[in-house]
Amino acid sequence: MKIADFVDKPQRLTSGHRLCAGCPEAIIARQVLLATDKPVVVANATGCFEVSTTVYPYTAWAVPWIHTAFENAAATVAGVESAYRVLKRTGKVTEDIRFVTFGGDGGTYDIGLQALSGAVERGHNFLYVCFNNEAYMNTGIQRSGATSLGAQTTTCPAGTCIPGKKEFPKDLTRIIIAHDIPYAAQASPHNWKDLITKAQKGFEVEGPAFINTISPCPRGWRYDSADSIQIAKLAVETCVWPLYEFENGEYELTAESKRIAEGKKEKKPVIDYLKTQGRFRHLLKEEWTPVIEDIQKNLDERWERLLKLVSL
Amino acid sequence: MELMAVNGDTAIAYAWKQVNPDVVAAYPITPQTIIVEAFSDYVADGEVDTEYVCSESEHSAMTICIGASAAGARCATATASAGLALMWEMLYVAASMRTPLVMAVANRALSGPINIHCDHSDSMGARDSGWVQLYGENVQEAYDQSIMAFRIAEHPDIQLPVMTGLDGFIITHAIENLQALPDDVVKDFVGEFKPKYPLLDVKNPVTMGPFDNFDWYFEHKYQQVEAMNRVPKVVNQVFDDFEKISGRRYNVVEPYMTDDADYVVMAIGSTAGTLKAAVDELRAEGMKAGSVKLRMFRPFPEKEILEVLDGKKAVAVMDRAISFGSSGPVFPEVRSAMLDAKDAPRVVNYIYGLGGRDVPPADIKNVFRQLAAGESEKINFMGVRV
Ligand SMILES: Cc1ncc(C[n+]2csc(CCOP(=O)(O)OP(=O)(O)O)c2C)c(N)n1
Ligand code: SF4
Repeated sequence: MKIADFVDKPQRLTSGHRLCAGCPEAIIARQVLLATDKPVVVANATGCFEVSTTVYPYTAWAVPWIHTAFENAAATVAGVESAYRVLKRTGKVTEDIRFVTFGGDGGTYDIGLQALSGAVERGHNFLYVCFNNEAYMNTGIQRSGATSLGAQTTTCPAGTCIPGKKEFPKDLTRIIIAHDIPYAAQASPHNWKDLITKAQKGFEVEGPAFINTISPCPRGWRYDSADSIQIAKLAVETCVWPLYEFENGEYELTAESKRIAEGKKEKKPVIDYLKTQGRFRHLLKEEWTPVIEDIQKNLDERWERLLKLVSL
Repeated sequence: MELMAVNGDTAIAYAWKQVNPDVVAAYPITPQTIIVEAFSDYVADGEVDTEYVCSESEHSAMTICIGASAAGARCATATASAGLALMWEMLYVAASMRTPLVMAVANRALSGPINIHCDHSDSMGARDSGWVQLYGENVQEAYDQSIMAFRIAEHPDIQLPVMTGLDGFIITHAIENLQALPDDVVKDFVGEFKPKYPLLDVKNPVTMGPFDNFDWYFEHKYQQVEAMNRVPKVVNQVFDDFEKISGRRYNVVEPYMTDDADYVVMAIGSTAGTLKAAVDELRAEGMKAGSVKLRMFRPFPEKEILEVLDGKKAVAVMDRAISFGSSGPVFPEVRSAMLDAKDAPRVVNYIYGLGGRDVPPADIKNVFRQLAAGESEKINFMGVRV
């Protein structure tokens, strides 16, 4: 796979959307959409990505696109895909179409989990991509089930008694894998090759596929817009966001995460990552050092657990 | 025509079998469950081409129908009570996205306390969501309306979802005679679904359900208003066409013995049948009684109501639901219609039958007697222990 192979492909998400400068959601979507040459239909949950790409009467979409509500992107695509099944069977649709859904972590980890679980359990043929920016960004940076322990959001601010979010993020990828889904993965926009390869697999597998992507948010994480990709890379290098996939019932580490596990790349301390973002700035005060230690300990445990699952 | 003995739910499943929708998505809830069970038998036996999605909730069932309809499929679903309440957010989306869905609502009370029996709180709660609402009186009407609903919803001038109400247990579970139409007649009647801008037309991509600001939202709502305004004409056309194939005449407002009546009682659904029986008995006793069945609640047929009720001495509107802090939901609409009458009767409200409370003919006759004696309050609660 060479980047040159992709430059001439048609833009399915065009320029002119209104996402913040440096928002990786558009980058991830573009990478995902490059992963198939088949016609695609996109379903979207409410959130930054939806409101920014479709401000009526404009649209940034050059492919069919549908949004119905916040918590049901998976049910929306399930409906579209059900229509496709029957219309294909009865000969009213002839193209070989792929279906992809985009949702934020709020619309996926929290309010949309039921619809996603139902759609995966029923085996609809679609790829679900979660943009994990670890908070409800569209409504102004409130905590979600994906927010890191110790991170500040507008509903879990750091005060004198509480150092930001009190709970560790839930591990949604494992929850989805527990459905025995045909394909699931974690990916990051900094490694386009890894992400596109995973999206290719997700598009081609029979049945549902799920890709959870880390999607740093300059607004909500408080860093310079130019640093998004660097921060996504650091998330992987510190094992905050391990890259792996689950295919044919097996876990496998990929890219940098695989190299870290093999001892070919250094596993950086989480502090390197925390330092880059305003949402963790308060943790650098001495009184909250134990919080950083907690985060490191939890990450180490999660990493060790993942290593036991993979076949190195 | 085939004569069958079935309950209302089975009749609807049978109608759907004949229509053969592309996608049915549903979730069980009493007293609707028989519909999805009976329909799943047809699917299991390959009697329909339908993609039948057993969703994990009503919210998703409605969403799946919206997605499938937007994609270009003919869709149906059914629910009741709490299930309809869980769909509430998506009812608005279905109407605003102009997805011509058909939904049977087995009318049932809402919690709490939890109660599985008939009243109209569920569909009346969905009153403002932009759906066309029809109500049937018996098993035959439940069947007939299920077929006609596709034609109304999918009409190019309308493109709005249609809800057909049938009283929980009273119609859903009671076995009655049904004159079913032949399969090919139903098939011809509903015709083929021709979606306007199907999402699956990948050569002509559309963006559906975008973000609307104050610069366009109001205009889009107004388009829904205009579509609703076109409904009565289309409904009447469909009723005419249906009469041709079935011999059965439907109207949005159906008067019984009202021409020379002094006192008129109005209701929706199965109670309209009991009303006719009461009218017959009262006529035998010499009272100039009449009744009105309201078949279509949304859009509200103001003109027809006015025509039927103008010049009567007194009118009682029976409501099987309540808007707490106000009255029953049908009452204010009828009253407001009568403001344009030259010779307006007194219009009063009877709240009745909540949570499946029985509606005996004697109680209905009592309503007429109270009306005639001028003893009715503005709002009355039929048979309640206070
Ligand atoms: C039922 C419902 N509850 C709440 C909202 C308000 N809302 C819209 S988007 C959003 C948060 C989106 O967050 P996320 O899914 O993480 O996406 P992001 O904007 O961060 O990319 C919320 C709470 C809604 N639209 N619908
Ligand atoms: S707030 Fe964050 S997630 Fe939303 S558009 Fe801006 S950068 Fe992207």
